[in-house]
Amino acid sequence: MSDMLADSPEAAPSLLSVRDLAVHIRTDGGLARILDGVSFDLPPGGTLGIVGESGCGKSTLLRAILGILPKGARVPQGQVLFQGQDILRAPVRGRIGFIPQDPYLSLNPVFRAGDQLLEGMRRHASGSRDEHRRKLVSLFQAVQLPEPENALDKYPHQFSGGQRQRLLIAAALACDPDLVVADEPTTALDVTTQLEILALLRGLTAERGMGLLFVTHDFGVLSAVCEDVAVLYAGRVADWGPTGNVLADPRHPYTRMLLACHPDRATDLVGIPGTVPAATAQPPGCRFHPRCPIARPVCSQAVPEPLRIFDGSRVACPFHADPLPEVALG
Amino acid sequence: MARYVLRRILLALPALLGLVLLTFVLVRVVPADPAAMLAGDAATPAQIAEIRARYGLDQPLWQQAVTHVRQVLTGDLGSSIFSGRPVVEEIGFRLPATLELTFVALLLSVVLGVPLGLLAALDHNGPVDQIVRLLSVGGLAIAGFWLAIMLQLVFSMELDLLPLRGRMDVALGNPPRFSGLFLLDSLLAGRFDMAGNALKHLVLPAVTLCLPGLASIARFTRSGVLETLQKDFVLYARAAGYSPFRLATIYVLRNAVTVTVTQVGLLFGALISGAVAVEAIFDWPGLGTYAVQAILAADYKALLAVTLVVGVVYAVVNVLVDVVQALVDPRVAEQLK
Repeated sequence: MSDMLADSPEAAPSLLSVRDLAVHIRTDGGLARILDGVSFDLPPGGTLGIVGESGCGKSTLLRAILGILPKGARVPQGQVLFQGQDILRAPVRGRIGFIPQDPYLSLNPVFRAGDQLLEGMRRHASGSRDEHRRKLVSLFQAVQLPEPENALDKYPHQFSGGQRQRLLIAAALACDPDLVVADEPTTALDVTTQLEILALLRGLTAERGMGLLFVTHDFGVLSAVCEDVAVLYAGRVADWGPTGNVLADPRHPYTRMLLACHPDRATDLVGIPGTVPAATAQPPGCRFHPRCPIARPVCSQAVPEPLRIFDGSRVACPFHADPLPEVALG
Repeated sequence: MARYVLRRILLALPALLGLVLLTFVLVRVVPADPAAMLAGDAATPAQIAEIRARYGLDQPLWQQAVTHVRQVLTGDLGSSIFSGRPVVEEIGFRLPATLELTFVALLLSVVLGVPLGLLAALDHNGPVDQIVRLLSVGGLAIAGFWLAIMLQLVFSMELDLLPLRGRMDVALGNPPRFSGLFLLDSLLAGRFDMAGNALKHLVLPAVTLCLPGLASIARFTRSGVLETLQKDFVLYARAAGYSPFRLATIYVLRNAVTVTVTQVGLLFGALISGAVAVEAIFDWPGLGTYAVQAILAADYKALLAVTLVVGVVYAVVNVLVDVVQALVDPRVAEQLK
């Protein structure tokens, strides 16, 4: 585990470095502070999982990295550095591959798969159209898509869900990116297909030395795929560290309670009391304090700074060493 | 696909048969007496009775209906009781005039309506969207006959730019008849002067006729594009770095127009009925003016034939719409197999 504190300028440049990123969106209900002071690093060839409940800002984070923030989104502070280059100001295409969440909805039903995949390559990969076609066919073989030679001429509905996700993985790799961003790429698939696709994805990116940023809410998937994990709560990073350590010894009260909720781990299922705050009505101080069983008065006043702990992990809770009451852990 | 089209045509037949029966009953139950109209004001009751017997109008209604349907099935639409000429012949001359007008109007609606809808959607709630909204509300709200007269006043009477009435200057004669569409026939004959003249004559009636269609096509395209822009595959395409122009014009529009295509089929019916007023104002020798004359003269054979022809055209257009839909959306094509 390399030192993840990339604060000092002498540190080796990260593949992806998110620095103090905030994203605000104006809505009818007021200003939604979707992300607030999010920081993490992904070394070249590394794998980082982003976990959190729905509404925690995962999708917005991905969209910021991919340069496709929705209309009306503002970035009041922070940077997203890709190979040292600020991509919030000038999005990079082709060098970041994207695997979307839903293979059924992510391909345009009225165009042939090949035409859709080739359009991105036409813009962002060198070489002729014929070379692009050959490249895609070889990638189709790599992702074990049946009948790779004919796949380009088929329409999306002629593939199964698993096949479409293989297709999209091939598409993400098509421009030889340095980073692949995957948004819960297996949630729409059945369990047996999930494992195959995950192994395939991990294998292909590792083989090519690509970094992988992987959004999920599944801890099983997380530990199978990601070396590091960042736990997001209400637009802030709660825990960030090596996946094994965070899962085995979670620090932030939120992460501890979240893991306790997980059916595989909990002896007695309890949820986390309360709900994720609306993005337009974030509580002051630590955003978790209204639901936190060990919150102290200071938690509602000061935003907790991420603390570095012994293994290089960071935890955004000054009281992370305090035990949680038994009942909260189930 | 061919089998599907055939099946659709076969399915349209019962509907057309129903149309024949229904219009026959409707036309015959109205209190106008064709025999009396034909005989004229000075006719004696005996003369009227004689005419009634000659045309079989003295038989019970159901028997007349059976006779009528039998004749239609054998392709005999009868003769105009007014002019005495076979209605097929008369309609054969007038249908192309109406088709030419409605096709040009439809073309204008699509060629202008789709881009306007697209631009409006891309500038959602912006100034372009507002302007297009105003135009489409206007297009639907403005009465065609009023607009027609205004256009005539401005472009024919005041500015003298475009002809007031008719399909072609009388001095030019008619192009050699091939399709009956003057524009096409002129071009086929290499008579560009005639084509230009026909086009000039088409402008005002076609503009008048196209407005409601243009407005609704713009609205449908706009909502189709807005809906498509919300789709995951658009987000994915943006992330994959498609060029924004191609994304909007090809990638999104093709999905969005599936709704518009259906709309075009429905619109065609409105266009043909709208053509009645427009033809009357511009003295366009089409089916609309023919139908008006037939109604006024209680020429029920002519009226029945017009209804049937319009019904057939409508059915054909809707089969065409389905074919276009299959061409645009491969999933539809799949279902048709």
